[in-house]
Amino acid sequence: MALVRLRGPLKTLAGGAEHPVEGTTIAELLARLERERPALHGWILDERGRIRRHINVFVNGEKGGEATPVAPDDRVDVLPAISGGAA
Amino acid sequence: MTELLVGTKKGLFVLEGEPGAPFEVKARAFAGEPVEYAMRDPRTNRILAGVINPFYGPKVFYAEDPSGDWEQAAGLALPEGGDEALARIWVIVPGEAPGTLYAGGDPGVLFVSRDGGETWELCRSLFEHPTRPDWTPGGGGLCLHSIAPWPGEPDRLALALSAVGVWLTEDGGETWSHGNAGLGARYLPEESTDTLALCVHDLQRAPRRPERLFIQFHGGVYRSDDAGASWTEIGHGLPSDFGFPLVVDPADPDSAYVIPLVADMDRVTPGGRVRVYETRDAGATWAPRGDGLPAEHAYLTVLREAFDRRGEGDGLELYFGATSGDVFGSGDAGATWFTAATRLPPVYSVRTA
Repeated sequence: MALVRLRGPLKTLAGGAEHPVEGTTIAELLARLERERPALHGWILDERGRIRRHINVFVNGEKGGEATPVAPDDRVDVLPAISGGAA
Repeated sequence: MTELLVGTKKGLFVLEGEPGAPFEVKARAFAGEPVEYAMRDPRTNRILAGVINPFYGPKVFYAEDPSGDWEQAAGLALPEGGDEALARIWVIVPGEAPGTLYAGGDPGVLFVSRDGGETWELCRSLFEHPTRPDWTPGGGGLCLHSIAPWPGEPDRLALALSAVGVWLTEDGGETWSHGNAGLGARYLPEESTDTLALCVHDLQRAPRRPERLFIQFHGGVYRSDDAGASWTEIGHGLPSDFGFPLVVDPADPDSAYVIPLVADMDRVTPGGRVRVYETRDAGATWAPRGDGLPAEHAYLTVLREAFDRRGEGDGLELYFGATSGDVFGSGDAGATWFTAATRLPPVYSVRTA
């Protein structure tokens, strides 16, 4: 299983920073994580299943999108983007 | 003591005070996050706040004590797997039935709660309305910003959407009729027959005469005396008939207040002077009410949800906020004004409690 790492309010809502999750793409992985941690529902993915505009997801340090493949030993970081913090 | 819930670009500010003197900031919640709208339901004493976190999307939270813990309301989302996502909650309004609340949002959606705001359900009949493919957004999005229940009749509701127009139901939202007769859009060609591009900015009902409604339009102020089916222009006599919010005195169906801005291309108070305009004859005439408001070099923008009232008649209190971060109030139905707060973040909404 890949390891999803969360920060800030996502970490609080999920009840911890690190979560082993099954999935072969970022979208699949995050949808499963939101199902397993219902308090997270709608915070990372919107109703269309898209990663929210100002959230960045990295696989082993490389920025990815919904369709980016994820392998069982990968590390997936979910981070707020600097673009969302406009004055 | 009057409580003001002020939604700003950087959080919710809860102000308290007596008319005539500056209000005190009693609490701040959602620090740093845009709070587009907040209201307190007098039936439950519960505050509901629409928060549009730039990272995590629009949410509604509720609490009785704004300094305490907030709970996230459930169900405020569009159907999963569709082509659209909820962009924003514009307004939350108590319904007539016990425990019922309505929320309007972007993209032109209505939600209903029957448990005081803890859980919500999308109004499918409006979401799946056959005319929806022809709905177009205004500059602020496809926003359902006005919800006017009919006192004592829970199944009757009037809605306004920008830039779509007025929708009316008399069966609790099972069916909708379009209230557009008489509304004229100057941004369309004269020969246009488009009735689904009507940019209503605010809609308010006169509670003592519920068949009477007022509209601040995108250029034009209108009144309906037939429950929203048809409209008469009443903006003559205003320095500008462009603006956003409108308030009605509950005691008098002939009394209403608007805050004119120069025009759609220059959305500030005319002549650098802040003035509220009052009608006491249902729009036949308008009078400026600015005693105590900034009278020179004041180019303020007052947004759609940033004007509210408390009480009625001679004791009517009026409050409005501006994107300058100022909040102004009147304790005597607009005759005189005072500054309730300054230097807040840009004000998105003001609601009294």
